[in-house]
Amino acid sequence: MDWHRIRTDFPILDQQVNGHPLVYLDNAASSQKPRAVIETLSHYYERDNSNVHRALHELSNRATESFEAARKKAAQFIGAASEDEIIFTRGTTEGINLVANTWGTQNVRAGDVILVTGMEHHSNLIPWQMLAQRTGATLKYIPVLDDGTLDSAAIETLLTEQVKLFAFVHISNSLGTINPAKELIAKAKALGAVTLLDGAQSAGHMPIDVRVLGCDFFVFSGHKMCGPTGIGVLYGRMALLEAMPPWHGGGEMILSVTMEGSTYKAPPQRFEAGTPDIAGVIGLGAAIDYLQAIGLENIQRHGHELANYAMQRMSEVPGIRILGPQNGHRGALAAFHLDFAHPHDLVEFANSHGVAMRGGHHCTQPLMKRFKVPGTTRASFYFYNTLEEINRLVEVLLLARKFFT
Amino acid sequence: MLSDDLRDLYQQVILDHSRNPRNSGELPQPCLHAHGDNPSCGDEIDVWVKVSDNGHIDDLKFTGQGCAISQASASMMTQKIKGKSKEEAAAVREDFRRVVMGDGTPANEDALGELILLEGVQKFPQRVKCAMLAWRALEQALEGK
Ligand SMILES: Cc1ncc(COP(=O)(O)O)c(C=O)c1O
Repeated sequence: MDWHRIRTDFPILDQQVNGHPLVYLDNAASSQKPRAVIETLSHYYERDNSNVHRALHELSNRATESFEAARKKAAQFIGAASEDEIIFTRGTTEGINLVANTWGTQNVRAGDVILVTGMEHHSNLIPWQMLAQRTGATLKYIPVLDDGTLDSAAIETLLTEQVKLFAFVHISNSLGTINPAKELIAKAKALGAVTLLDGAQSAGHMPIDVRVLGCDFFVFSGHKMCGPTGIGVLYGRMALLEAMPPWHGGGEMILSVTMEGSTYKAPPQRFEAGTPDIAGVIGLGAAIDYLQAIGLENIQRHGHELANYAMQRMSEVPGIRILGPQNGHRGALAAFHLDFAHPHDLVEFANSHGVAMRGGHHCTQPLMKRFKVPGTTRASFYFYNTLEEINRLVEVLLLARKFFT
Repeated sequence: MLSDDLRDLYQQVILDHSRNPRNSGELPQPCLHAHGDNPSCGDEIDVWVKVSDNGHIDDLKFTGQGCAISQASASMMTQKIKGKSKEEAAAVREDFRRVVMGDGTPANEDALGELILLEGVQKFPQRVKCAMLAWRALEQALEGK
């Protein structure tokens, strides 16, 4: 693969920041967008903009066609059995809240257990805390070991028949841990639990096949995989979706409405009340096309190379402690703690050298507590990052060491 | 090359305070105490203040963890505020706030002393809350909130 050429698909990367070439290493928070996606968005607004589903005129037909084509692409992207299992949301967070407020409210009772892990993003934690509070269910956590992996002995005791739902992160945004999703899901299903996989950091970074994984729900965000902000996907197995009540009420989701009550459409429309983010959906479709043209296996392999090179080079910095798995089996990110600079000071320093990183708790406060750090600095990569950029990162870390000590 | 803004933000005196905070630790009871934190970045500070019957701040100490700016600001605050009356402390606090926020001119710039070095924070609006963290906690402690 000619990764240097692929990098030129991203106009934003070609700029100076604070007098230095931009080195964008905050991809786990949000990725950049290739020209193909940006042009799809402007083409939509310049030529096809219109509301979907409701009108019979030409523009609405075009918008509807592209909108529904994107649903097919999304289904194929994650291996769903049907495009009707694809619900468009604002992102991972909204997808999880939808499940908690529909399936959760309908199925979770006092005494049930909702099982998560100690490395969840707040968006796969707070909705379950709220559900537990509402229903009297208990929220339990699988502990994280020092090496950033899940405690498999604890899984054996925590995963019981009381577990109604097992929701966990596929790739941790704070540790880089790649959880053994398929095995964990199989274990949970054997005990009758429903499973939700948070794919915010895995979608767009590796091939996803929800039927191989076996999960009941899979959630991801478009903006972390070259798509626009404000759009994401909730996949649900049709048998579950069909039995779920609606969440938001409004236009688009009803069959018939009388003053006394209403009947609802089948999934996915039942869960898509109101005018959707049409441009976002079409832009997400373009992002999927773009990623598939490069190939998800290629992207995965390259991400792995970048992560391993980063681990190796960064460990040259005295006083660094990189969190998460050290054995090379990790996602394309490295979160670290330095004994000479607080994350915010380091991020400020790096920014003045053109390097964009994130410092803080990365929406995983319980995990920071677990590792006894107030926060970390995170360098997160995507396929357009280069080994030269990782060299530059290390150079800046060494400069920071001089500056702060 | 380092930008001038960054050099202004992290002057040697500031880095020195952050590495070797003055008046760090706790005061024995009875004393006033407040906890302050910046939830978005995880910085935390505890301030202990001993106020005499006539309203003088006889002693104050702090513990905490956070970025160089929040730690240096806390350290410099304790040095500056010790021995002042509550009213004088409030006046210094307001002047310091003006300086770091770039919000008007301080009423008595000379009284700020070393604290004026944190002026560089003006250029980094996201860091104002770091510089103000200890001062917010001090205010809470004095008001018994
Ligand atoms: C693992 C994980 N889950 C969930 C989310 C939330 O995604 P969004 O903010 O797009 O809803 C993120 C994003 O930061 C994440 O990294």
